[in-house]
Amino acid sequence: MKKQFLSFLRKEFYHIFRDKRTMLILLVMPIVLMILFGFAITTEVKDSRVAILDLSKDEVTAQLRERIAASRYFSITAGEDNISALEASLRGGKIDVAVVFGEQFASELRRGGRPSVQILVDGTEPNQAAIRTGYMQQVLAAHLHTLTEGRGVSPFPGITPVVRTLYNPQGKSEYNFVPAVIGLVLMLICVMMTSIAIVREKEAGTMEVLLASPLPPLCIVLAKLVPYFAISCLNLTTILVLSVTMLHIPIAGSLPGFIAVSLLYILVALFLGLFISTVVRSQLAAMLLSLLVIIPTIYLSGILFPVESMPVALQCVSVIVPTRWYVDIARRLMIQGVELRYVWRETLVLLLMAGVLLGVSWKKFKIRLE
Amino acid sequence: MDIITVSKLRKSYRKGQVQALRGLNFTVDEGEIYGLIGPDGAGKTTLFRIMATLLLPDEGTVSVDGLDVVRDYKAIRRRIGYMPGRFSLYQDLSVEENLSFFASIFHTSIEENYDLVKDIYGQIEPFKTRKAGKLSGGMKQKLALSCALIHAPRVLILDEPTTGVDPVSRKEFWEMLKRLRLQHGITIIVSTPYMDEAGQCDHIALMQDGEFLRLDTPSGIVGAYTDTLWAVQADDMHRLLDDLRACPEVLTAFSFGEAFHVTVREEARMQELAAYLAGLGHRRVEVTPIQATVEDCFMSLMKKSDEG
Repeated sequence: MKKQFLSFLRKEFYHIFRDKRTMLILLVMPIVLMILFGFAITTEVKDSRVAILDLSKDEVTAQLRERIAASRYFSITAGEDNISALEASLRGGKIDVAVVFGEQFASELRRGGRPSVQILVDGTEPNQAAIRTGYMQQVLAAHLHTLTEGRGVSPFPGITPVVRTLYNPQGKSEYNFVPAVIGLVLMLICVMMTSIAIVREKEAGTMEVLLASPLPPLCIVLAKLVPYFAISCLNLTTILVLSVTMLHIPIAGSLPGFIAVSLLYILVALFLGLFISTVVRSQLAAMLLSLLVIIPTIYLSGILFPVESMPVALQCVSVIVPTRWYVDIARRLMIQGVELRYVWRETLVLLLMAGVLLGVSWKKFKIRLE
Repeated sequence: MDIITVSKLRKSYRKGQVQALRGLNFTVDEGEIYGLIGPDGAGKTTLFRIMATLLLPDEGTVSVDGLDVVRDYKAIRRRIGYMPGRFSLYQDLSVEENLSFFASIFHTSIEENYDLVKDIYGQIEPFKTRKAGKLSGGMKQKLALSCALIHAPRVLILDEPTTGVDPVSRKEFWEMLKRLRLQHGITIIVSTPYMDEAGQCDHIALMQDGEFLRLDTPSGIVGAYTDTLWAVQADDMHRLLDDLRACPEVLTAFSFGEAFHVTVREEARMQELAAYLAGLGHRRVEVTPIQATVEDCFMSLMKKSDEG
């Protein structure tokens, strides 16, 4: 059994390594996706064009202006002298962010009052608007903190910027895409590649020979799943390393916990691929059915659109999408940094899915041709 | 001794709409080459798949080497070498990798049973690093046979092994099968749509629409042929066939290689037929008496089964 299995496993790796297209999809695609997403993110936040309307014109607003200009995220392109001109340049797309300092900014601050500052952003692209607002708030707060700290005065109440998102006030978005990329890449590799790899044997007629041999069905299934499990683990590592080194996205929560949940998700996807391979006969059908599974996954898993904002019917459908649960867990573990015990419900759902898919596939896997 | 026994075997597809096998009975002797001859759709592949434990019979029983194909399928899978209709090889694996893989899934190795396959594998061994997908039809066939043989099976089940292979390789292939039977005593059951290969078998079954038309030795089948058979040739072969079929003396006329094989009424004379055709404007008419081949027998049996 062991020798049979190892020999079969070697054959599977030959199939993968000898097909350049397969290799390309398996190993390069995750990296390309990460770089694409990563590059998009870095261009969004850098060099935002800022216009400042300074109604106070004192030493503090001058310092703040320098601070903004020094930040690598912003470059001051214009100063306006009235609010309507500011809005016009914002609307005309000449600037991305506008900052308005209220009158008597410095003296208000000195008195311990609340000087007013307003940040206006172009909310057409909600991701960027949120990021720019956040950065601007940080720059302002950091400077005022150093100002007040030196004099032993509490930075609070400090200033409270009034943020107004224009054009899309309800704009909601996530940019924590790393869990989403992992969720999608693993889905694609495990579901599509696995189902195709198994169905290829049926199409080539080799399954007929395998079935007419003393090879146990478990051996066939395992040998088909193990290589894709290994490659998925490799991809998981690549994506994590890239996100930490290239994109500087730290993993806030427990890494072993995150990896454990990711491995579980890989198993769910592998079993889904196995299931698909038991219901179709041709590679083309396997690919189409996989895509039919994967495309709704993109929309229903909260990768692009938040699940909460979907119609109730779609929310119900999204319950059976494994990626939805995985992305949810991954975001909370990676970005929010919660502990594993806070996501046990979602993990249980994935476990259940793995069990059901494996059970059904096992039942459907044929020891004969019909 | 019978190594394969098939009795009252029935199999249908699509909930009985398509009758693939309509009650087959036959036995195969140990150590013989048994040929299943019939056109596409006769049910040969279905029968082979049932013997190879890949399909379940609807009715009847099949035993291979004393084991039941339904109950003892696991044990049978260890004892048979099955070669499906298409050469089921891994195209992206080399010749040697293919053979070694199939050896390993049967718990053996190329070295262990090299003696058995050296006659066949030896011919393609110089190309052992070549990918199976890049082999010629004849070489693929040899590799597939080596793969089916590498675990020293008691019975070889070969489904149309010569289809899509050039005539020289086909001839070589039959020589290999005969040597396997002689030197290693392996029972071989083989199907083919080519009637001219029937003579290579010890016993043949002529099969049509899921039924056997006749089971016998090739010479027995030819010997049982009683019709008067002539070969007819002329310049305009196309018109000749129509004229032959319209002739009241002619019972059947089929294209057979370069000539037409016709069966005629007992009282018919060759000169009369030649004169009749010449009267219709045919030039260089040749009519010669010939010995029936298996194909002639098949045609005649098919016609009788249609009429019956």
